Amino acid sequence: MPATSQTTTASVRRLPNLFDLAAMLLLAAGLIAVGNVARHTLGPLAATEGTTIHLEPSYLPGYALRTTLRMFAALALSLLFTFTYATWAAKSRRARLILIPILDILQSLPIFGFLTFTVTFFLGLFPGQVLGAELAVVFVIFTSQAWNMTFSMYQSLTTVPGDLDEAARGFQLSTWQRFWRLDVPFAMPGLLWNMMMSMSGGWFALVASEAVSVGGTNFTLPGIGSYIRTALMVRNIHAVFYAIAAMFLVILAYDQLLFRPLVAWSSKFRFETTQQDQGRDPWVLALLRRTRLLRMGADAVGVFFFAVTGLRVGRRRPASIVATRRGSRLVDVIWASLLGALVVVAIWRIYSFCRGSHLGPGDVVIAVTMGFYTLLRVIALMVVATVVWVPIGVLVGLRPKLAKSVGASAQFLAAFPANLLFPIFAVYIIRFHLNVDIWLTPLIILGAQWYVLFNVIAGANAFPGDLREAARNFQVGGVLWWRRVILPGIFPYFVTGAITASGGAWNAAVLAEIVTWGPTTLRAHGLGAYIQDATTQGDSGRVLLGMVVMATYVLTFNRLVWRPLYAYSSKRLTL
Amino acid sequence: MSATAEPLLEVRHCKQAYHKDSASDFIVLDDVNVSLRGGEIVGLLGRSGSGKSTLLRIVAGLLRPTEGDVIWRGQKLTGPAEGVAMVFQSFALFPWLTVQENVELGLEAQGVARRVREDRAEEAIDLIGLGGYEEAYPKEMSGGMRQRVGLARALVVHPDLLLMDEPFSALDVLTAETLRTDLIDLWMEDKLPVKSILMVTHNIEEAVLMCDRILVFSSNPGRVAQELRVPFPHPRNRHDAAFRKFVDDIYALMTRRATSVPAPAAAGTADAPAVETIHALHFVSTNLLAGLMETLAMEPYKGRADLPPLAAALQLEIDELLPLGETLHLLGFAVLEEGDIRLTDAGKKFAEADSDERRALFEAALRSRVKMAANIRSVLDERWNHRANAARFRDELEDHMSPDYAEDTLRAVIGWARFAELFNYDEEADQFFLEQEE
Repeated sequence: MPATSQTTTASVRRLPNLFDLAAMLLLAAGLIAVGNVARHTLGPLAATEGTTIHLEPSYLPGYALRTTLRMFAALALSLLFTFTYATWAAKSRRARLILIPILDILQSLPIFGFLTFTVTFFLGLFPGQVLGAELAVVFVIFTSQAWNMTFSMYQSLTTVPGDLDEAARGFQLSTWQRFWRLDVPFAMPGLLWNMMMSMSGGWFALVASEAVSVGGTNFTLPGIGSYIRTALMVRNIHAVFYAIAAMFLVILAYDQLLFRPLVAWSSKFRFETTQQDQGRDPWVLALLRRTRLLRMGADAVGVFFFAVTGLRVGRRRPASIVATRRGSRLVDVIWASLLGALVVVAIWRIYSFCRGSHLGPGDVVIAVTMGFYTLLRVIALMVVATVVWVPIGVLVGLRPKLAKSVGASAQFLAAFPANLLFPIFAVYIIRFHLNVDIWLTPLIILGAQWYVLFNVIAGANAFPGDLREAARNFQVGGVLWWRRVILPGIFPYFVTGAITASGGAWNAAVLAEIVTWGPTTLRAHGLGAYIQDATTQGDSGRVLLGMVVMATYVLTFNRLVWRPLYAYSSKRLTL
Repeated sequence: MSATAEPLLEVRHCKQAYHKDSASDFIVLDDVNVSLRGGEIVGLLGRSGSGKSTLLRIVAGLLRPTEGDVIWRGQKLTGPAEGVAMVFQSFALFPWLTVQENVELGLEAQGVARRVREDRAEEAIDLIGLGGYEEAYPKEMSGGMRQRVGLARALVVHPDLLLMDEPFSALDVLTAETLRTDLIDLWMEDKLPVKSILMVTHNIEEAVLMCDRILVFSSNPGRVAQELRVPFPHPRNRHDAAFRKFVDDIYALMTRRATSVPAPAAAGTADAPAVETIHALHFVSTNLLAGLMETLAMEPYKGRADLPPLAAALQLEIDELLPLGETLHLLGFAVLEEGDIRLTDAGKKFAEADSDERRALFEAALRSRVKMAANIRSVLDERWNHRANAARFRDELEDHMSPDYAEDTLRAVIGWARFAELFNYDEEADQFFLEQEE
């Protein structure tokens, strides 16, 4: 994998401002509203509790297929959201002011927390039908992917090269044509990369949400996630391994059949004027390109797509840009008052909700304290992952052949939903009577650590040969070599990986702090356990509180630690 | 081809200003009038920053002028117009589209049916000498080939007016020459489906070689300083004496313009106070300045050189040589006059000095002639910690020029001050400071 600098943190804004606050309030009120609508208007929820999950391995392929289909549905939804939301934010100055903070917060909200609100909503929409539950699950996966894809698209849209923009305007492309000929292709590499990055979170959330109890509502949808959940209930360790194997195959297929070809294909959208060695085509793409029948099929699809995207839909004749335009004051004022009114409504909404759900200041203190425990976990695990994987990543990355295979495997492992592995840890903790607060902790980094590894490998791999030779020539070795040569060299890559990993760790914490094995429940102290408990009890007030606290921790952590580091590394240490 | 009487395009009293929050707007173009008839190639010639590219974008309908109108085919222009196509300096090809798809882009926007589109694209591609490259991607091609794609893409829509924004400046000398000749040949043979060409260039020879009329721009704010009619028939010969004379005259014209505004007169007034008005400085390195002075001091120049042959000998474009000359002029190391550059006594002394003396000479020149540098130094002298934020000076500059020029000017001052050890700059903190002497 080439450079991995497609993160969503390029903005230098550090201190939270009024718009962040407004965004947070609007989101909280929105969640409350979504949760309430269904409950009050649509009567009692009838869930699909009747589904039984069979633990015979022969059922697994069917389950795996259903799980995969949910993934695709969510992916399509995410793309649709990305294209509209990012475009809106990029094209409208006023919308951008609130849309971007909202996105920033959405990105830091724990995915799993959404379940409480969406399950009631979707089950309420389709009472008694499986469809409601399916939609709720798909929506959760959507929340794990959409935000950073949207950020990436937004960033691409705001950095479209000026001359291409002028060419598009000069030739009078319609808005639709411009979108498909300029905006989307330009955003494609970053978009795909972010799609891959969110895969891990997606599988993770998917597996976790196929069998859920929210408040009194239980539902079980046939899939790998519910399979493993059932296996846990009956303490069938063989079934656990079957599920892991099945998931492994699914991800392998996903990776090989979909993402490798897509990434290789997207290299044609890379905006660079020189031709680069792009390596060999992945076998699927090669098959597609070289097999006559398949190629004809692909070409036909391509021609159709090209024709549709070339339609002259939308506004043509863009007006010329006025360099001195200051924007209409009046519209600004109207817009600001509208936003202000919305925020007031949101505050009122939150206030009445809090009163109704007997939340007091004491609850806030508890949530913040729990959040602190989780923060300590995340920090500790990030340090451990760094100490372990940076040296290994460097050593691997400097050997090109090894780097390729190990890097690919690390990327693959990053997509594997680590929660499938939790039971194995649980069995060990129970058997050896280990301290739950300490030994459940590694679970949160299980999936996220690979981001550190493969980014460091990519960094070391891209480290310029002449700098290595210069270091060798001056006999720079030992600690000095690490301190002055390689660590600064890989630092930007490390930061990129660490940002993704820490985001993943926070998300995983929600599920990793409570693990069950049959009748035994292992519970660590932390905000994750807090949110999960509240979810099970259907206490939407505490779920919301937990989500807001977690988002605040994540945002603060990002603004105070990662952004400055990222800004520093891209300013000082980028070659 | 002969020019017809009816004007195709008219630019009337165009002014372009960029809005600044703090103070007065920064004016890029001021009261520009241009009229263009069918059958002629007109060149906009000027230094970088003279607003000629801005004018081209106004004509293209990409940018709306702050004041004034563009009349295109008898109507006021409000946006990108039908019948105007542009060729970009950077080619502006879509890297994810093939040559064919790139060329078809404009037709697709017009809603031309696929069959017709393909035929016309083919025609344009063949005309411009790219037959066989239809399925190639731009990144597989050389710069010259890419610009041919850019040309084909513009020609395929059969524009009445072809706009070219420094179309050859990103190409190497040989490639540029071939492309120029090909284009002129097609123009002369009446094979180009265009009525008129408007091109921006900073290359004097290129303008004289290709254009029927040349509008020479002055800088800051950009104005049409002179309009010249090129009297030679195509094909033109660069080595023809009359051609050389014409080029030399434009050189003289442009250096006269360049030095008339900012510089403090000749070497005799070296002790005069620094210039009062703040103007943009060229970001040129002290190495280049020293190199130029050394070259001028030696044979065959012996302190004086004619600019065109000097530019040729140093393999510099006028846009690269003039900033050097003007900077030397500003610092009092040389004088620019009538297309010549002449070292002053200070300049000769500098050329022969060792590095310590050079530093001292440069410091003296900065203190006396670059107000910005002198200012910063005196502020630093007054401060107890000898540090000062650069932002303040940047703001002050931005009251007088665009942010880009302010940044260049600041970088120039920093570079020169570091060489002269007048003061130093801490990039991390964005502060100027004095080295503390212990």
